[in-house]
Amino acid sequence: MSRLGKKFRLPQAFDQAVPGQYWMLPCRFVNLDDNRYVLTNEVGEHLVVTRPQLEQFVRKTVSFHGDFYHDLKSKHFLIDDDSNVAVDLLALKYRTKAQQISQFTALHLFVVSLRCDYTCQYCQVSRQTDDKLAYDMSQETADRALEFVFRSPSPAIKIEFQGGEPLLNFPLIQYVVDQAKRINENHDKNIQFVITTNLSLLTDDILSFCLAHDICLSTSLDGPQDLHNLNRPRPGRNGYQLTVEGIRKAQAVLGRDKVGALMTTTEASLPRVREIIDTYLSLGMDAIFLRALSPYGFAVKTGQAYKYDVDRWFEFYKEGLNYVLEINRQGYPFVELYASMIINKIFSPFGTGYVDLQSPSGMAISAIVYNYDGDIYASDEARMLAEMGDKKFRLGSVHHDSYEDVILSDTVLDTLEATLSESLPMCNDCGFLPYCGTEPVYHHATQGDAVGHKATSGFCSKNMKIFRYLFTLLEDDPEARKILLSWVRP
Amino acid sequence: MIYLHSKNNTAHGEISHQRPFISKVITNSNLPFPLRASYALRWHGSTEALPQGFGLVLISSGKACPDRDAGNGLTNIVRLAPELDYLKEHDVIKFQPADCGINVLYRHEANSNAFLVTERCNSFCIMCSQPPRDINDHYLVDDMLEALPLIHSETHEICITGGEPTLWGDDFIQMIRASETHLPRTSLHILSNGRNFKNLDLAIKVAAVKHHDLMIGIPLYADYSQLHDYIVQADNAFDDTLRGILNLKRCRVPVEIRVVIHRENYHRLPQLAEFITRNLLFVDHVALMGLEIRGFAKSNLDAIWIDPYDYRNELAEAIDTLARSRMRVSLYNHPLCVIPEPVRRFAVKSISDWKNDFLNECQNCNSKQECGGFFSSNLTKTSDHIKAL
Repeated sequence: MSRLGKKFRLPQAFDQAVPGQYWMLPCRFVNLDDNRYVLTNEVGEHLVVTRPQLEQFVRKTVSFHGDFYHDLKSKHFLIDDDSNVAVDLLALKYRTKAQQISQFTALHLFVVSLRCDYTCQYCQVSRQTDDKLAYDMSQETADRALEFVFRSPSPAIKIEFQGGEPLLNFPLIQYVVDQAKRINENHDKNIQFVITTNLSLLTDDILSFCLAHDICLSTSLDGPQDLHNLNRPRPGRNGYQLTVEGIRKAQAVLGRDKVGALMTTTEASLPRVREIIDTYLSLGMDAIFLRALSPYGFAVKTGQAYKYDVDRWFEFYKEGLNYVLEINRQGYPFVELYASMIINKIFSPFGTGYVDLQSPSGMAISAIVYNYDGDIYASDEARMLAEMGDKKFRLGSVHHDSYEDVILSDTVLDTLEATLSESLPMCNDCGFLPYCGTEPVYHHATQGDAVGHKATSGFCSKNMKIFRYLFTLLEDDPEARKILLSWVRP
Repeated sequence: MIYLHSKNNTAHGEISHQRPFISKVITNSNLPFPLRASYALRWHGSTEALPQGFGLVLISSGKACPDRDAGNGLTNIVRLAPELDYLKEHDVIKFQPADCGINVLYRHEANSNAFLVTERCNSFCIMCSQPPRDINDHYLVDDMLEALPLIHSETHEICITGGEPTLWGDDFIQMIRASETHLPRTSLHILSNGRNFKNLDLAIKVAAVKHHDLMIGIPLYADYSQLHDYIVQADNAFDDTLRGILNLKRCRVPVEIRVVIHRENYHRLPQLAEFITRNLLFVDHVALMGLEIRGFAKSNLDAIWIDPYDYRNELAEAIDTLARSRMRVSLYNHPLCVIPEPVRRFAVKSISDWKNDFLNECQNCNSKQECGGFFSSNLTKTSDHIKAL
């Protein structure tokens, strides 16, 4: 090898580190498979290492100035006497990850009516009734809720109208949108609206209103016609037809990116993930969220939540994700949203706004629910739990409590403390911690404790399986890696 | 190649200047008399009837000259060297009466005008194209400050380079302030190794100028300290530079990261890209750059040369990583034919026109118009994989 001119010194001359002397920076590891471990640091950077490599790292016998040493150093797993800027950079990255916490609540759910024209088996909250007054939100309640909304320091506010079927109380939606925009003239926040609706009551007038106010629509679509109608029965058995017609019509008027759909997984869904995805594809959707059924409301009462266990669900998820990757390999960009959120947590320096994948949990501080009667809940799941008679996560009422009372309530503070993964048994030493979160309502509902026991937690088990599967794809399947990385949206 | 300096000019008649004369080139020979002494007239007319009263009269190299011994009282007539015949209206020059030398400080037609404000540097990069010299060259600062008011107000961009410009301390700030004062619509690009900005005060001072369009280009050559410090031949440079970048961005001063690629660092390019996206996502631009074979790059060429074709995979991966993170990324100094096709769209015609050339093979290339070509100094050492597209 040629040498530099005499005026220049060799690399060793600029190395102030002592071989074998380095300090490990805070990190965690978890086994990926029989041979490999995922090593992660406090800000979510990762390396997949072999067992011998991991031992070398811990025993401080990593070959000085091999690529592995440089990788560990570059990703801030170790620090040596040659450089200490890693500490500044880690601090900056930690602040960046946690930045959203300082912004506080961005998502505000308004349950404008509990009434619904569907009779879904798995539904947690809907009510069949003709008595409007009993289950519709009033203007007075909405006004009080809006006062809470604008107390949030978040510069971006999203108001989501939920139900029941919110379009059954459309005049109140119009009222809230108008009022929110009027109030916002003095706040200048970036404000967005979403209506979560089954679309059966969608009219041209409603669409015009949505277009005029830049309102997004989110609907439920469980898959092909027979499955959708089985999961989501409606008098007349035309739920699928109404939903698909509604999606097409809304796409035409509002644009495709303004119309989203969510699917719920039931036991009947498990063998049919490809058909479910095909349904989304044929409607021109660019993404699907393969969700697990949550254990609340009627889902628990009817035994639905326990009919399939995590293993069976994961097979469903894995088959679905593989099919999504196959679609991408065929040249059509299509995203699975849960994997996408995790991939973003792995590869982006930013945190996520997704309530279940945050530490502390995003309940109340990322998203908050105003029920039809003015009761405030920490999350949509908390409201569902309350409908089952357990009001543990009820934070107060817009009618009787102040913003400060609610946000500083023991329920909020205790829950935040119980959802800091960094201090939770089994989470605190898990290598996947930076990518995971906790779901206090889930653990309370299934284990009677907001922290819960992770060894028997379905939430933990589900996420561990997904993390391992995604990391295996990232490491072993270059084509899948390329597709997954294309989902990163920093 | 366009020459920016020549001593091959000839004076005709007496030269009245006692000290260097910085002036703007104009073609209006009818300029009101009181103004003429400050200007250099580019004269294409008859040498029999030369206009009077100008600070300099520049005549083309091919022109017949008035008899220098005729005693006709002509002063400050300079016949240009052939390589400076291109001088035009709005150009700014520095004339040295001692040896009739002319430095071109500003070319109105140029795609880029750079002011080298010092040859001193606190780094000693193994591939430096402008090897540092420890001399007192404060006159370079004075030249720039004197030239700035003469530069055309519609100039797109000027550049401050070195050496290490921040070594001038408050004079460095003064140059930024003067650029804003005299050229309020011109962007300012500063090339610095960033190390002195580890002192937050300097970053605060730069920000306090409130320049309307400033970018500081700072090199980062590796994702870990030992390699970067070796390449710049300075201990702690990696830490200083990173702290400097953080301080500048803390003060909201735009920063560009510049990575020169050579044999000593190409293999860590993908890791460096990832390091940038994880730690420095907030910088405003990343430029990945090919070697300019001048200075130390030339004398160390055997040790640092790698055919760009041989690092095409690392290059493509690095660009993918940066672009995926929505960073603004450009590829400088690479002819299109050696860049992997998927990342060709990031290539920019980056080489200053005065030192930009092409090879014979390039004449038959369909992409020549879009291609940045070569540094003139690189024509003797190019990739083995140059081919017409």
